Amino acid sequence: MKSLIVQTTIRALLPLVLLFSIFLLVRGHNDPGGGFVGGLAASAAITLYAFTFGVEQTRSLLHVRPFILAATGLAIATLSGVFAVPVGLPFLTGLWTPENTPVVGAIGTPLLFDAGVYCAVLGVVLTIVFELMEE
Amino acid sequence: MISPFSIILSGFLFAAAAPLLQRFTRDRAHVILALYPLLTLLLLINEYGLVVDGPVIRESLSWVPSLGIGLSFALDGLAYFFALIITTIGLLVLLYASAYFKGDQRLPRFYLLFMSFMASMLGLVLADTLITLFVFWELTGVSSYFLIGFNNQRAAARAGALQALLVTGLGGLALLAGFIMLGNIAGSYDLPRIMESSAIIQQSPLYPAILFLLLLGAFTKSAQVPFHFWLPNAMEAPTPVSAYLHSATMVKAGIYLLARLSPALGGTELWHYALSIPGAITMLLGAFLAFGQTDLKRLLAYSTISALGTLTLLLGLYTDDAVKAALIFLFVHSLYKGALFMIAGSVDHESGTRDIRALGGLYLQMPATAAAAVLAALSMAGLPPLLGFISKELLYEAKLQAPVAAPFVTAAGVCANALIVALAAKFVLMTFFGQAHSTPKQPHEAPILMRIGPALLAGFGLIAGLLPDQLASRLIEGAVQAVRPEIAPVHFSLWHGFTDVLILSTLTVGAGIALFRWGGWLLVRGERMRVLASLGPARAYDSLLRGTLRLANALTDAIQDGTLRHYLLLALIFLCVLLGAAAAPLLRHGTLPAMSGIPFHEAATAVLIALGAVTVASSKSRFTAITALGVVGFGVSLIFLFYGAPDLALTQFSIETLSIVLFVLVLPRLPKLLDTSSLSTRIRDALLSSLLGLLVALLVLLGADAHAPSHLQEFFGEYSVPFAHGRNVVNVILVDFRSLDTIGEITVLLVSALGVYALMRSWPGERQ
Amino acid sequence: MHILLALVTGILFAGGLYLMLRRSIVKLAFGLALIAQAANLAIFTSSGLVRGEPPIIEAGGMRLAAVSSDPVPQALILTAIVIGFALLAFVIVLIKRAAWIVGTDDLDDLRNVDRTAT
Repeated sequence: MKSLIVQTTIRALLPLVLLFSIFLLVRGHNDPGGGFVGGLAASAAITLYAFTFGVEQTRSLLHVRPFILAATGLAIATLSGVFAVPVGLPFLTGLWTPENTPVVGAIGTPLLFDAGVYCAVLGVVLTIVFELMEE
Repeated sequence: MISPFSIILSGFLFAAAAPLLQRFTRDRAHVILALYPLLTLLLLINEYGLVVDGPVIRESLSWVPSLGIGLSFALDGLAYFFALIITTIGLLVLLYASAYFKGDQRLPRFYLLFMSFMASMLGLVLADTLITLFVFWELTGVSSYFLIGFNNQRAAARAGALQALLVTGLGGLALLAGFIMLGNIAGSYDLPRIMESSAIIQQSPLYPAILFLLLLGAFTKSAQVPFHFWLPNAMEAPTPVSAYLHSATMVKAGIYLLARLSPALGGTELWHYALSIPGAITMLLGAFLAFGQTDLKRLLAYSTISALGTLTLLLGLYTDDAVKAALIFLFVHSLYKGALFMIAGSVDHESGTRDIRALGGLYLQMPATAAAAVLAALSMAGLPPLLGFISKELLYEAKLQAPVAAPFVTAAGVCANALIVALAAKFVLMTFFGQAHSTPKQPHEAPILMRIGPALLAGFGLIAGLLPDQLASRLIEGAVQAVRPEIAPVHFSLWHGFTDVLILSTLTVGAGIALFRWGGWLLVRGERMRVLASLGPARAYDSLLRGTLRLANALTDAIQDGTLRHYLLLALIFLCVLLGAAAAPLLRHGTLPAMSGIPFHEAATAVLIALGAVTVASSKSRFTAITALGVVGFGVSLIFLFYGAPDLALTQFSIETLSIVLFVLVLPRLPKLLDTSSLSTRIRDALLSSLLGLLVALLVLLGADAHAPSHLQEFFGEYSVPFAHGRNVVNVILVDFRSLDTIGEITVLLVSALGVYALMRSWPGERQ
Repeated sequence: MHILLALVTGILFAGGLYLMLRRSIVKLAFGLALIAQAANLAIFTSSGLVRGEPPIIEAGGMRLAAVSSDPVPQALILTAIVIGFALLAFVIVLIKRAAWIVGTDDLDDLRNVDRTAT
């Protein structure tokens, strides 16, 4: 897949798909989407990029090793649950800003949790794909 | 006030601390460890008047209250009697062992095990509920396993330990079953309640079964024929262990149990016969087999078997006299047998052999040990003025007044005792007197700590024989009263006057000496009998053990042949039966929904998926199979889309894409798909899979048919917006309501990624 | 449609089992993949099918419409799909490794390798 057209297309497509995946993640609480779907979409895009430009270049684009990303995701998800503890609520209870927060509406720790899921899924899939491609 | 629980607990604490103590005190741990039996002994002596005459000391801790199981202990006359023996002999053997094992690297381990055993044994005799008793019963078994196998470099020691564990462990299982039945009938596991329920228990139709199970436990532990064979083999244990476990304590546990439960179970005709007959046989056979032994320890072991048989016999007779005689004999036997075992150990230690044929004339080199041996042997032979004499007089008295078959019982007693006299003579005379032989080591006197124990035990036999009323009668009385409360005060005296008992005693000693002097012919017979005996239960044990192992092997080979397909096949056939059984009753009620009204695009998708599945299953090309797999996946995601699951559809779609990428990456390196099975195997597998597929289809259908509106759906539907501020209920469940599950799931993802990473990276030789 | 999907589930299941009973380790992996699909579909179908009504509350609404798909099995299946993928990846890599190390893809031969190794 060294064709110039493909390379150009992918290069242009990658930010778009990544943006779309984050859109999926954010809107997931109210509409189809969420951390799992978003993470999968993002990993599909990055996998495509890796097919085109090779794993080395993709790795340097990412800056972090995929498995570290996955572990960070798990940590974020777990951490999002810890916020409830000092307030006196059970671990993983969702905390929310007031309903009428301008621009974004209500946001809360479940969004952070979903972001953790997103990172975990992305990291896991990329770990597997990179390992297999690099062989 | 003495607290049984703290005594037992501190025993285990001492045991746990023993290895560290040994290090910090530079091999002088015995000085500190000896404090435990010593202090316990002093505490017991301090309570002497209270326990022997006064109320029973009870203590109870809640353990499993829901099952009515408490951790209860009681110190009554019987427990006191045993606890005294356990601590006294424990103290002496501990000191003895510290010299016996001097400089041995394994001493810390020995102390740990020995102290645990002592604490377990105390727990056993102090227990006040059946369950507590059982727990400590098994603890003695486990610690004795390690003690017998102490020389674990020796195969014989390991085999002996395993044998003892298996035989007594089997008995322990029977005992537990018996205890549970007993507890059910009495309505409680507490010993006092069980004693009260004596009438109900003895009239219960389960009484014979209970008695059988309990006797199985007691007989295995106390080495009654036909379970006696483990005791001689347990002589592989270091001698201090034998002196403690196999003379005075553990083997007496079965006797203790019989005595303890006799108020509840004893006195029936069944009890008489079930105890007396095995007891008498054990008594005779043990003494007879002992006679042919040349190894000092095995000789003592067989004579112990004989003594245990005597005790069982006496408890079987269960008259006042018999119980009294049993307890005094148990006391005497513990004294002299403990001493003799230690002496055998000293002889072995100092001369390098314990083969009686290679020994002789040792009294010159080991005068103190020899003196103790003479005293102990005289007590064993039952000669005046030792305590052994008094015990034998009582023994004969009890046997003469036996409620059943008195002449036979008495005759058997005389025979066994004559043999015991001969054994005592043989032990002392052939070891310490007569012609000296050259031994592997130049013999010399044992160190002081190895002389104290035998000297004190044997010496006490003499002093107590001279002052029986002052030293022994109250103790025995207290113990007997725990079993038979209505008994008259016990008095002992050396001289009973010219009675028929005295005639029997004289006869016994005469016969014993004659046997020792001219018993060679019996020895020859004994040798033959020994071969015969080893063919008996010991052989049965061996073949049972081997047979079990062989069966296990055969079963493993048959069921687990290492072929995945065969495991699967077995599991699937079983699943077929289960599913079939589950589906059959439902089928009668369920009605199949109509096939009509299915939109074309949905039907087409379903057909596509089915075709894809068939293609994957039958394809010989890897590429085709992977493509078909993709078709299946995308088809399923379409189904999700049609039926109101956009999240699933999106996820499935992305996953399918990634799966194909995955396969494409690996495809070139995957092995080709070849048909390796025969056509008939393939047809068989196809039929089985189709059958199971059909069953699954039916179950899915029935499940859908029986599907009631779910409460969960209602709950999540109602609270999703107000509580979790989300309108996509599926996502709300994942990230809020059930987020802990989701954390678990992403952890699984991470683990599998880690697995892939490790598999790809950590193999040497392929990648740098 | 129930009956059709139930049949499809059965076929997926049967195909997967048939593949798992083969000697080729690659077919084992294909079989696993099919059975994962079958399991998801079985849960989905037997929990009741509602056409075109996703469990999403309309904007401004407070509760889920009376007629809509059950969100609970969907949440279950969603994670099952992702985990199924991770499992499949692991199995594939394992197979690749095993076949490479042992030099065979025949499960019977793999077993013999195990035997001689011990």
